[in-house]
Amino acid sequence: MALLKRDLALSVRAGGGFGLALAFFLIVVTLTPFAVGPNSATLATIAAGILWLGALLSCLLSLDRILALDFEDGSLELLATAPIPLEGVATLKAFAHWLTTGLPLTLAAPLLGVLLHLPAEGFFWLTLSLAIGTPALSVIGTFGAALTVGLKRGGLLLSLIVLPLYVPTLIFGAEVARRGTQGMPADTPLALLAGITLATVALLPFASAAAIRINLR
Amino acid sequence: MEMNVTDLAVTRGGMRVLEAVSFRVSAGRAVVLRGPNGIGKTTLLRTLAGLQLADSGSVEPGPEAMAYASHADGIKATLSVRENLTFWAKLHGMLDISNALRDFNLETLVERPAGSLSAGQKRRLGLARMAVTGRPIWLLDEPTVSLDTDSVALFASAVERHLAQGGRAVIATHIDLGLDGEVLQLGPFKAEAPEDPHEDFHEAFL
Repeated sequence: MALLKRDLALSVRAGGGFGLALAFFLIVVTLTPFAVGPNSATLATIAAGILWLGALLSCLLSLDRILALDFEDGSLELLATAPIPLEGVATLKAFAHWLTTGLPLTLAAPLLGVLLHLPAEGFFWLTLSLAIGTPALSVIGTFGAALTVGLKRGGLLLSLIVLPLYVPTLIFGAEVARRGTQGMPADTPLALLAGITLATVALLPFASAAAIRINLR
Repeated sequence: MEMNVTDLAVTRGGMRVLEAVSFRVSAGRAVVLRGPNGIGKTTLLRTLAGLQLADSGSVEPGPEAMAYASHADGIKATLSVRENLTFWAKLHGMLDISNALRDFNLETLVERPAGSLSAGQKRRLGLARMAVTGRPIWLLDEPTVSLDTDSVALFASAVERHLAQGGRAVIATHIDLGLDGEVLQLGPFKAEAPEDPHEDFHEAFL
């Protein structure tokens, strides 16, 4: 609990990066009409996909902060020797990342959907799919950060490792939003999306903790 | 309870750094590690803290009894001194940080952001963290770096207080702290050539 509180405090203080992902998301979404033209029919078809892709990229932006800063100032070593298990540290750090990135993105997405002429039926499904899918992005991202934590300038490698792992979440998340927008039943992709999130939340903290242990040696 | 290190061997980066290290520390005593740079003082402390795996040998008690202070202090620049210390205290299930603040003369600095402290003040904050862990064995790696003479005396008396309460300390340092304890001189084990260099080579990539 103390760790979660500290991570949240750190992220909102100067240089913490809170709002960075959100601002990036906003910019990506506002740039889209410039790139594909202001035709509202075109925008409406791609809106859900663009919002999902934008959320995913913004999430990626803040991943290397999850563990790298703690590694640099020695906190990670001290956390590893603290009574709290490293699996717990990995889970809490992923949760803190989701609270500062995934949650704001989920809340901002419907507002930005307006900019992209997202059809009215789509708002509910888009928000729902992001709310269910973004925790997986944070947990997978923490795992990627754990793998690259000892590396100098590991940010690019981190993106290369993490992006392929984001594919299932992106496919099913965007599918939920697309089907919901077109009025089709979205239960199946929604169940699969939830399944991916639950599986990553359940399993990846152990992998993250193992990766941190090896990188600290 | 006695701290027992028996026949410890540690490999780092495919190179045997420590071999056959044995010592014991009884309650209220300190061990000072000495030896030239690169001899394995930090490796030994990290192994005791459970951050480094030992090839063989045993350490009793386990890492959960150890509080480790490395070269880095683990201080967050944007948090205040109080917030930094409270975080580590809470993490170790302790509530009271006022003793640690007093022992390390940080009371006038509590509301300052840790980023604005001088190197020596940061070091004092990093060492104050040891006092709030509530753990019986302190592992200190070059604790006096960037401390002035007054702070060194302050630190030495804090360690003495810890020892007087039945604690133990293993300290890697080059200066004389005037502590009651043995000196462990680490000798060069690295000089021994590995038996099969090719086997060793592969190990480095495993």
